[in-house]
Amino acid sequence: MSKVLEVSDLTVAYGAIRAVRNVSFRVEPGELVTIVGANGAGKTTVLNALCGLRDIRGGRIRLGTTDITHLPPQDRVALGLSQVPEGRRLFPRMTVAENLEIGAYTRREAAAVAADLEWVLELFPRLRERGRQLAGTLSGGEQQMVAMGRAVMARPDVLVLDEPTMGLAPQIVDLVLDALRAINANGVTVLLVEQNAYRALEIADRAFVLESGEIVMTGTGAELLDHPDIRNAYLGYDA
Amino acid sequence: MAPRHERLEALAEWRRQSTWVDGVLLAIRLGVAATILVGFGGSLVAGTYSIGNIASFVVFGLTIGCIYALVALGYTMVYGILRMINFAHGDVMMVGSFGGLFAADALSGAGVLEAAPLLSLPLVVAAGMVVGAGVALGVERIAYRPFLHVRSLAPLICAIGMSFVLQYAARGLFGSRNRAYPGFGWMERTFEVGGLTIPMLQVVAFVAAGVMLAGLLAVVRLTRLGRAMRAVAEDRDAAALVGIDVGRVIVATFAIGGAMAGVAGVLYALVFKQITVFLGFSLGIKGFAAAILGGIGNLPGALVGGLVLGLAEALGPALLLEGFALPAPYQFKDVIGYAMLVMVLIFRPQGLLGERLADKRA
Ligand SMILES: Nc1ncnc2c1ncn2[C@@H]1O[C@H](COP(=O)(O)OP(=O)(O)O)[C@@H](O)[C@H]1O
Ligand SMILES: [Mg+2]
Repeated sequence: MSKVLEVSDLTVAYGAIRAVRNVSFRVEPGELVTIVGANGAGKTTVLNALCGLRDIRGGRIRLGTTDITHLPPQDRVALGLSQVPEGRRLFPRMTVAENLEIGAYTRREAAAVAADLEWVLELFPRLRERGRQLAGTLSGGEQQMVAMGRAVMARPDVLVLDEPTMGLAPQIVDLVLDALRAINANGVTVLLVEQNAYRALEIADRAFVLESGEIVMTGTGAELLDHPDIRNAYLGYDA
Repeated sequence: MAPRHERLEALAEWRRQSTWVDGVLLAIRLGVAATILVGFGGSLVAGTYSIGNIASFVVFGLTIGCIYALVALGYTMVYGILRMINFAHGDVMMVGSFGGLFAADALSGAGVLEAAPLLSLPLVVAAGMVVGAGVALGVERIAYRPFLHVRSLAPLICAIGMSFVLQYAARGLFGSRNRAYPGFGWMERTFEVGGLTIPMLQVVAFVAAGVMLAGLLAVVRLTRLGRAMRAVAEDRDAAALVGIDVGRVIVATFAIGGAMAGVAGVLYALVFKQITVFLGFSLGIKGFAAAILGGIGNLPGALVGGLVLGLAEALGPALLLEGFALPAPYQFKDVIGYAMLVMVLIFRPQGLLGERLADKRA
């Protein structure tokens, strides 16, 4: 159920400022790939262009065999591309259960949706007793779990996540990344965007470094972890 | 109660911290309280109105309040989703009311209206709904959709323009004089309960409005479309990311609001027996006031705001103004309605059921 995600020559601009310039990359089916980069590098802009929330200035986006460059966001979701957005973006005045159910908005098969809901609750057992609680009243970590569960409920082929560990305590980061690995092991292709480069590189098959809107380095997670430039710039210690 | 010196201290603290604005607000509060007490007491002493009179005011207030609520829903639904007021909504309602008028005239010409009013009424209401929804879709297409991804005041300006277009087009087509709805057979009669005489049409309008309001709330609570509407209202981008077609939800919102406005226009005509092309302004602004009163963006708030406004207008003149021995208290009903709106805006700007604006995403 996995699909390749291919981005070629992507350029996105805010007015005259090109925040993303000629970015090309490919995520193979079943891979866990990460894009690391400092604040303002253009990570969110790339993901929003992938999902159709941002108009693009140039380039092409392909999901599996379909060119999705000009499709509206809802069609991309239906084709199997889901995003866990930066800052979680839950529906705060809906319950946890409603947030999870609305994740399956594009799906009609009730039995399969129910099975996926059960799977999400196994991934995040804490959510089980919180079904009737308003999402806006959850802790940050719990909100992140709901955001991931909501995206998984769409049964995506490719799941993209925008800084899912931002602002979370270390144990909760572990929990979130373990769940992410479980989702990936279940056959979902994952594109993870992180400022928290160390943790992301640890679990990634491959990684790209984005700097001022351009990809400046690529390699396996392990290679970049050992790379002196990365250690200096993103991991906060000297080589 | 706290000891005397603590209370004095609290008072002194308040005086230190408060500005002249707080003083003015306090004076307004006291003034309102005094007005209500004097007016209410005076009305009781004067004793012009029997319990029966008052009960019939309540019935009328509930009926007109439900109609206000139907109009208010359209304002509040569009605001909830776009954070913008649809200034053409009142005129959507007016055109819907004319749609109902033509349907009623046709049915009356065929003799059906007199003979079978209970059968005809749904047809007339349906005509109002279809016309209202259709016109609302036009407003959305012309004034709102082109600006969906732009942050600007253009939609507001365009909606005001659409309001004029609708009003003057209607004036050109239908004339500016009053137009009377034809008679609805036995529904035109009154009936008696416990010595109280109540016009049948008021009850019919009340029930019809209640059914529509309940149906709408059920749609929003229980259906897939309703859930999508709530999601778009809470976070448009997040809604798109779960696969909701935001553009279609907006279209559906305008259509439903327009249909409800059409119903309101027809029911208003049933109760008051006549309409003009200026109805869009007079009743539209009441619906708008009801939406603000209840807390704009909040659906139950529209209902509460409509009922509170309707009851205040119906009861206020008798219970409050009579005490001041004014010559024609009923002429002052709008003063009471709008004075209440201003009070709410001063003392509870988020409306009766609304949340503070600071809690919302701007
Ligand atoms: N809505 C916007 N309007 C104008 N500039 C923006 C907007 N969003 C982001 N930018 C700019 O684009 C660049 C990339 O931002 P972003 O994609 O959010 O980076 P990241 O997610 O890597 O922190 C930044 O310089 C930012 O200031
Ligand atoms: Mg970002």
